[in-house]
Amino acid sequence: MTAVQESAPTFDNRQAFAEELIRLARQDPRIVAVCNDSVGSSNLGAFQKEFPDRLINVGIAEQDMVGVGAGLANGGFIPFVCAAGPFLTGRALEQIKADVAYSNFHVVLCAMSPGMAYGELGPTHHSIEDFAWIGALDNMTIVVPADPQQTREAVAWAASTDKPVYLRVGRFKVPAVTPPDVTFELGRAVTLREGGDVTLIGTGTTVSRALEAADLLAAQGFEARVLNMATVKPLDEAAVLAAARETGRVVTAEEATTRGGLGSMVAHVLAVNHPTPMRTLGVTEFAPTGSAAYLLEHFHLTARGIADAALELLR
Amino acid sequence: MTTIPSIRMPVRPARLASLDAAEREEQARALSRSVRLSVLEMIEHAGLGHIGGDFSVTDILATLFSSVLHVRPQEHDWPERDRFILSKGHAAAALYAALAHSGFFPVSALGTFMDPLSMLNGHPNRNKVLGIETNTGPLGHGLPVAVGCAIASELSPQPWRTYVVLGDGELQEGSNWEAIMTAAHRRLGTLTAVVDRNRLQQGARTEDTNSLEPLADKWRAFGWEVHEVDGHDHAALYEVFSLAPGERPRCVIAHTVKGKGVSFIEDRVEWHHKVPSREQVEQARKELEA
Repeated sequence: MTAVQESAPTFDNRQAFAEELIRLARQDPRIVAVCNDSVGSSNLGAFQKEFPDRLINVGIAEQDMVGVGAGLANGGFIPFVCAAGPFLTGRALEQIKADVAYSNFHVVLCAMSPGMAYGELGPTHHSIEDFAWIGALDNMTIVVPADPQQTREAVAWAASTDKPVYLRVGRFKVPAVTPPDVTFELGRAVTLREGGDVTLIGTGTTVSRALEAADLLAAQGFEARVLNMATVKPLDEAAVLAAARETGRVVTAEEATTRGGLGSMVAHVLAVNHPTPMRTLGVTEFAPTGSAAYLLEHFHLTARGIADAALELLR
Repeated sequence: MTTIPSIRMPVRPARLASLDAAEREEQARALSRSVRLSVLEMIEHAGLGHIGGDFSVTDILATLFSSVLHVRPQEHDWPERDRFILSKGHAAAALYAALAHSGFFPVSALGTFMDPLSMLNGHPNRNKVLGIETNTGPLGHGLPVAVGCAIASELSPQPWRTYVVLGDGELQEGSNWEAIMTAAHRRLGTLTAVVDRNRLQQGARTEDTNSLEPLADKWRAFGWEVHEVDGHDHAALYEVFSLAPGERPRCVIAHTVKGKGVSFIEDRVEWHHKVPSREQVEQARKELEA
């Protein structure tokens, strides 16, 4: 692994998610959790212990789970519907479309262990199509916190809004990247590092790797701007356009398919408004067998991979 | 489009209690008649619609809206209201007519059914039409949402009841059986699922397509209390819908006739979404007004 991950302390965002959800639930009796036999993997054990009546486990039934979430929202509750990303989105996509997005219910869909988190378990368990699928749905937001601080703030925001939310809660341990004085704001990218030669845009787990890539580029004399795109939808188009105008080159990195994800959304904004040389890093095919770490190397979603993509543009 | 006067029934507990059985039945019958006549006009106007399924579910809707549901048409988001979900959303015309004739919105709005920019889409939208609880259309969605409503009722200080109407063909969707299990497991006694058992689906008879029988036994085996009634008998429907909540969720298999009320439409598979000609509309109106 890379230098930052070896040296900096790392955190499980699911822990921050669970702690914040419990804190909010103590204040607001409308908050309930719904899950699909995933009390453990969604890290809801402590929530269940403190609020047994407000933890609704429907079993292995994702279509039912999302519909139940919509019904709870109809009844005045704020449901956090938690399940492993691939099954929440893929299995219940029509429920997400019709019952949540089209009905415009305030349901917080929490995709646990997204991206390549379940590396060796194979492509059935990789949640990489979610940005494309959920991104295509009107009314939906897509929020991808990069570290525990941002996770806590995103959970609190998700409880306070009145719209459907898709919240991606990573399983990989990640370093803290958010400056203490920066708070989560929907649709607002966080500039973590200024630079004029190239812009690296990450989301979730790829943010810290983009920062490390900026270090690698600095060693070669290039200054990279680093954006944490914690909201994939609505995209911070102003930040994307400013980056393109001011740095002339853009690299996106996401633990998601390049077809329809963050890279596609950034490319669309730039193609329409300000065509700019780009590289879009992401998952490009059903993954071969391998650990999550191996697969991130395979798809160039490492600091080295991101830096190399930037260097291609800089040459 | 001629205007059928709104019945503007006082759909409230206080008034309900004051009605005797004959008055209740008369109200349900009057609402059914208005709904069917409005649906006929709406489908003629739009040149689209699902007349067969609208007419099979009409008496169920009329019974619920005339004398069962505790709702306030003038305060559609009253938090303690009973929840009603039409899972078979393609019967939207019948639901719109039932809502309008109950006072949720002006009956004149029915004349815009499926027009450009009308609030009345071919399938119900809760953000546009007062009285719609959740958007439906794709099949197999209403029951899980109703289960969520019933759980919310249990968690609320002022509980309500939840009623959901499912098409019988719709039970071929697996999501229903997930929800049937959840409702039984949680013993959701305030939940009533009504199956509009007209035995026809879009392409053929249910039993010739992916058979449902023994349907009552299936619900019972899954842990529900099951009742079977004539789905066009208002008194029988009222009786079962107004039973006090029990220990288990309740399934009412309402035996109906698709296209009920118009002789040449009744129990014919081709009338799932066929639009009557002008002559057929006249014939249908005569039969419905008789």
